[in-house]
Amino acid sequence: MAKKQKSLGEVFTAGFIKENPILRLVLGTCPTLAVSTMAFNGIGMGIAATAVLVGSNAVISLLRNVIPDKVRIPAYITIIAGFVTIIQMLVKAYAPAIGEALGIYLRLIVVNCIILGRAESFAGKNRVLPSILDGLGMGIGFTIALLLMGSIREILGSGTWFGLTVNSGSTIEPMLIFILSPGGFFVFGLLIALANKIAEGKGKEPATLGCGGCPMAKSCSKAAEGGCE
Amino acid sequence: MSVTNLVSILLAAILTNNFILSKFLGICPFLGVSKKLDTAVGMSAAVIFVMLIATAVTWPIQTYLLTPNDLDYLQTIVFILVIAALVQFVEIVLKKYMVGLYNALGVYLPLITTNCAVLGVTILNIDEKYNFIESMVNSLGGGLGFMLAMVLFAGVRGRLETSDIPKSLQGLPITLVSASLVAISFLGFQGLVDGLFK
Repeated sequence: MAKKQKSLGEVFTAGFIKENPILRLVLGTCPTLAVSTMAFNGIGMGIAATAVLVGSNAVISLLRNVIPDKVRIPAYITIIAGFVTIIQMLVKAYAPAIGEALGIYLRLIVVNCIILGRAESFAGKNRVLPSILDGLGMGIGFTIALLLMGSIREILGSGTWFGLTVNSGSTIEPMLIFILSPGGFFVFGLLIALANKIAEGKGKEPATLGCGGCPMAKSCSKAAEGGCE
Repeated sequence: MSVTNLVSILLAAILTNNFILSKFLGICPFLGVSKKLDTAVGMSAAVIFVMLIATAVTWPIQTYLLTPNDLDYLQTIVFILVIAALVQFVEIVLKKYMVGLYNALGVYLPLITTNCAVLGVTILNIDEKYNFIESMVNSLGGGLGFMLAMVLFAGVRGRLETSDIPKSLQGLPITLVSASLVAISFLGFQGLVDGLFK
């Protein structure tokens, strides 16, 4: 992490593309693959995670001088779990259809690496306003990536987009495999390849799944030795 | 509840509903720790271990504490805290009393707290309304399926090391594309359990 001071605008927009949590930092892969079978689910998941991220970033940033360093991970997890529970109840009350579609993955936002990762690498060290903007930016980046993956998989896999028929199957049959699990891995792999290609053109490093982004890196002896690889 | 029922839960969790390849739980360790066979085995052994202990603790909490008192909405908070505390506790106990086991599994334990497969299996057991024994069998199956996918994939990745891959696909992208192919092979198990037992 570069230590030079970023402006608020830069903090906010970093998550969109430059540090997109999914395509560049490769965090939160489980929900990305699982809920991106439809564009609409992707948006629902993105909004839910963004709300949790903004809330937890704000609270963690407020409490950053109160939480002792040694117990910060359990403390962060408790705060995040609290917000996930709130979102879970709100979704159940106002958008039960999305809750049904996201199923277990809505509750699993609590172990989403993006949220704990941002708490550890940003909100725990920064003031409240930048932390909120960081959470919002990262959440939007997450939503953009989910929308992209959801759209590709929905159009190719079931011939619809947001439920509207795009490909009726008269010329090309929708390829069911794209909404099944192999399609998820495949589309995600190619999107990362594309992001790497663009990053390479701008002289940046390709995305890697290193220990650096993992929120548990500090308490993991393998990471201290230079990674699990 | 019969033995066939338990066997069908076990097989379904290992093959048809494989945690990694069809439920997408635990993708980070799957991609991050599957480069070498020995780390893949160590990580999955630790996951199986923690999944079993976590289920043994969370199932009674949900059944005897949360549900009777109408506290179901606290499930997420309680489960993740129990798992986090449990992992820490297991680490301390292993370090003190079972050094051999600690050296084999201990290094992976901190990573498992935030592994969605562990929280996932405990929540799924409740959602599926399994009883205690069925929950334990489902967790064992989930863990074994995790190990199977990790070990198979470690073998595939060994071959990737020496192959000639286009530059922008190198590293993570080709790993994901290979994971997709492994997942296709697991699609072949679809219907297996229903066909055998129902």
